[in-house]
Amino acid sequence: MSAPIQLRPDETFILNVGPQHPATHGVLRVKMEMDGEYIVKSETVLGYIHRMHEKMGENRTYAQYLPNLSRLDYLGALGYTHGHVLAIERAAGIEVPERAEYIRAITVELNRVASHLFWFGAFVMDLGGFSPLMYAIQDREHILDMLEAVTGARLTYCYYRFGGLYNDVDDDFIEAARRFIPRMRKSLKKYAALVTGNIIFQKRLEGIAPVSAEMCRKYGATGPVARGSGINFDVRKNEPYSVYPEFDFDIPVYHECDSMARYKVRMDEMEQSLRIIEQGLEKLPAGPIMAEKKPKNIKLPVGDFYQAVETARGSFGIRIVSDGDKNAYRLKLRSPTYSNMHLFDEACEGMLIMDALAFMGSLDLVIPEMDR
Amino acid sequence: MSLTLLNVIVAVVIAIAFAAANAAYLVWAERRGAARIQRRPGPNINGPFGLLQPPLDGIKLMTKQLMIPGGADKILFMVAPVLAMAPAIMSFVTIPFSQGIAAHNMEIGVLMIFAFASMGAMATLFAGWGSRNKYAVMASVRAVSQNVSYEIPMLITAITVVMATGSMDLKTISLAQAGGFWHWNIFPSLHSPLMPISFIIFFICSLAETNRAPFDLGEAESELVAGFHTEYGSMGFGLFFMGEYANIVVGASLTTILFLGGWDCPFGIFPGVWWFLLKIYILIATFIWIRWTFPRTTIYGLLNLSWKILIPISLFNLLLTAGLLKVF
Amino acid sequence: MGGYFSEIFYGSKSLLIGMGITFREFFKPTVTVQYPYQTIKMSAKFRGHTELIADEEGKPKCGVCGLCERACPSSCITLGSISVDIEVDGKVKKKKVLSKYELDFTKCSLCGQCVENCSFGALEFSKEYNLASTRKEDFHFNLLKRLEERNA
Ligand code: SF4
Ligand code: SF4
Repeated sequence: MSAPIQLRPDETFILNVGPQHPATHGVLRVKMEMDGEYIVKSETVLGYIHRMHEKMGENRTYAQYLPNLSRLDYLGALGYTHGHVLAIERAAGIEVPERAEYIRAITVELNRVASHLFWFGAFVMDLGGFSPLMYAIQDREHILDMLEAVTGARLTYCYYRFGGLYNDVDDDFIEAARRFIPRMRKSLKKYAALVTGNIIFQKRLEGIAPVSAEMCRKYGATGPVARGSGINFDVRKNEPYSVYPEFDFDIPVYHECDSMARYKVRMDEMEQSLRIIEQGLEKLPAGPIMAEKKPKNIKLPVGDFYQAVETARGSFGIRIVSDGDKNAYRLKLRSPTYSNMHLFDEACEGMLIMDALAFMGSLDLVIPEMDR
Repeated sequence: MSLTLLNVIVAVVIAIAFAAANAAYLVWAERRGAARIQRRPGPNINGPFGLLQPPLDGIKLMTKQLMIPGGADKILFMVAPVLAMAPAIMSFVTIPFSQGIAAHNMEIGVLMIFAFASMGAMATLFAGWGSRNKYAVMASVRAVSQNVSYEIPMLITAITVVMATGSMDLKTISLAQAGGFWHWNIFPSLHSPLMPISFIIFFICSLAETNRAPFDLGEAESELVAGFHTEYGSMGFGLFFMGEYANIVVGASLTTILFLGGWDCPFGIFPGVWWFLLKIYILIATFIWIRWTFPRTTIYGLLNLSWKILIPISLFNLLLTAGLLKVF
Repeated sequence: MGGYFSEIFYGSKSLLIGMGITFREFFKPTVTVQYPYQTIKMSAKFRGHTELIADEEGKPKCGVCGLCERACPSSCITLGSISVDIEVDGKVKKKKVLSKYELDFTKCSLCGQCVENCSFGALEFSKEYNLASTRKEDFHFNLLKRLEERNA
């Protein structure tokens, strides 16, 4: 009458986590070989939301490719578009006015805070606490409102243009951003008391899922994942771009290598981003927001161009091979979570499934971004 | 004889009605409360303050098709939801709501409630095993080990109370605490100075027994999809849901009787059923409040808490009470 | 042993702190907008779907140059034109006039390339966000017709 669940000869069974599973936050499938609640082996399977973004980049003109970049990582889209415009500007030799670069930095950092906030909420929800998600979304909503007022969109921005910006920020935005900073700092204190200090939360993260610096290097992990493993690498500091050298900010690094370290890196990063926004608003120069000399149809010289930027999830790189035409000959996107995710298979071996899923949350995966 | 039978039937009907009404409106209260904590309004469209939401949800669940997954064990699959609801209702029969309101008072009321409560674990196990779903099996195994390890400290604390009052009769236990809040078992007395700690242990255990957050490992929606009731839809799911809330009411009632003086008024005036209800709803509100504040514990964190903290302390308390009872 | 008790103590304290925070949040006013019953005003720069801008006579400003059609990354604009004779300074001239402007909003990525590329300043973003339908065809907008409706 009833058929028992199939066990393999060694009494393990296969568990398909995803493609539709609440913990994967998207259509990621993880095939786990389980021994009871312990993971023997795991294999991440991608491809459920592949949209050929790289191929599109080879068929569209550079300007037409702008909206694509914000569809990779929908939570921190501005960082990705920033990388794209910087790459093209450098290759085509377009001078960007200072004001535009400052506004880019401010909006990118706002977006980073928004992205980390959402990650924070979703991560705590992975661990079973629902209210922090709502609080995080409340704060994020302020950022989205601000960004909507300048970019016209809430999630998939298409705001940066080659040589500048789509439109200028007004005083309302600056006022709102100024008001936002102290409010956000207050919220960060609240999160520290409500979540970071919570004993259940600490017990679930401390010492769980160690990812060594060695392993990060092996898989090319970057961003908060690498910084939680003691690797002091941030593109904003190591290969400065845009106006970042003019800001005074720190790169939080933790050496514990566990889920808690990754969590703390991101929480500290929000504070550092607030510092950058504060300084950016302070220093924001007047002037034009669009380069004066700019070709109407952008054609890159023949060559191979690469630009890396630090997005909310790690270092994002865009490589453009140009044959002098108005679209790229080859376009390659190096997305940070794609590398970060590959840690998962090796690191989660022997872990309990609930720790493994918490670990997955601490990697901050955004599926459309790695499966582009 | 027939009169007693009639009595029992009436009592059971009232118990079912009470349990069902409570389950329905506790869901509403939980959703409203959670929403307030998260600064949303919660269900507020259907009827004033969304009060029509529970019956409408019920209608929706009842009109859905009851699906039995292929390969499932049909009998276990069907029995499990009933088994989740029935023990909770049976427990109501023996709970004294006040001096005069008790369906059937029993000498061994405490024992009976514990006996019924442990049947809840069986419902979880049947549901998980019967649905032939890997997530469900894992969840039910978790839930059973959780229930087993939390029943022990819960029983030990209950025994401490029983020893201090000298009775297993819920009514006698309540009456022993009459006459103002300083008589309640929650406060330290000569014989058992560690009673407040016992109360906390009992409270934690009743959270774990009812599979409530932060101990909702059997559901663990972010890991095991929906835990043991992953495969249930329609009223099967509805019964699990109602059973959960009915169990919460039983847990709160038991805590009230054992520690908070039952229907006794804190100031010694107007004792009655309203005090009892007030106390259980305050406890339930705390249940809800806790659920929406904390993340979920891990399975080993939970077992560690039980075996390394709750059981030793409750055992120590039991020995201390026994010793002091002997001495004084 | 000391560690055991201090962990219990600090653990319980952290739990109480957390409960204190949610307790305070409970009494704060709600922050959500009851969407279908309440709506918010969209910001001035909000990008809805595109609309044609009319000149003083209520005719579209569009000169049918086709730049928007070519710039659009999602190819969601379809243009149509007819030539009409108009009199300028006594001489009869042929002029292209917009006869069809179809926007397939299902494909539009709201990038703004069309608005930016239009040298006639004939396009703008609407503030509409209440767009919901169960049929795809409802999002194939005929902007010319919409303009006439707005004029009327
Ligand atoms: S906004 Fe972009 S995608 Fe939409 S119609 Fe204009 S150019 Fe095309
Ligand atoms: S770019 Fe402007 S003027 Fe040219 S066809 Fe489009 S809307 Fe008309």
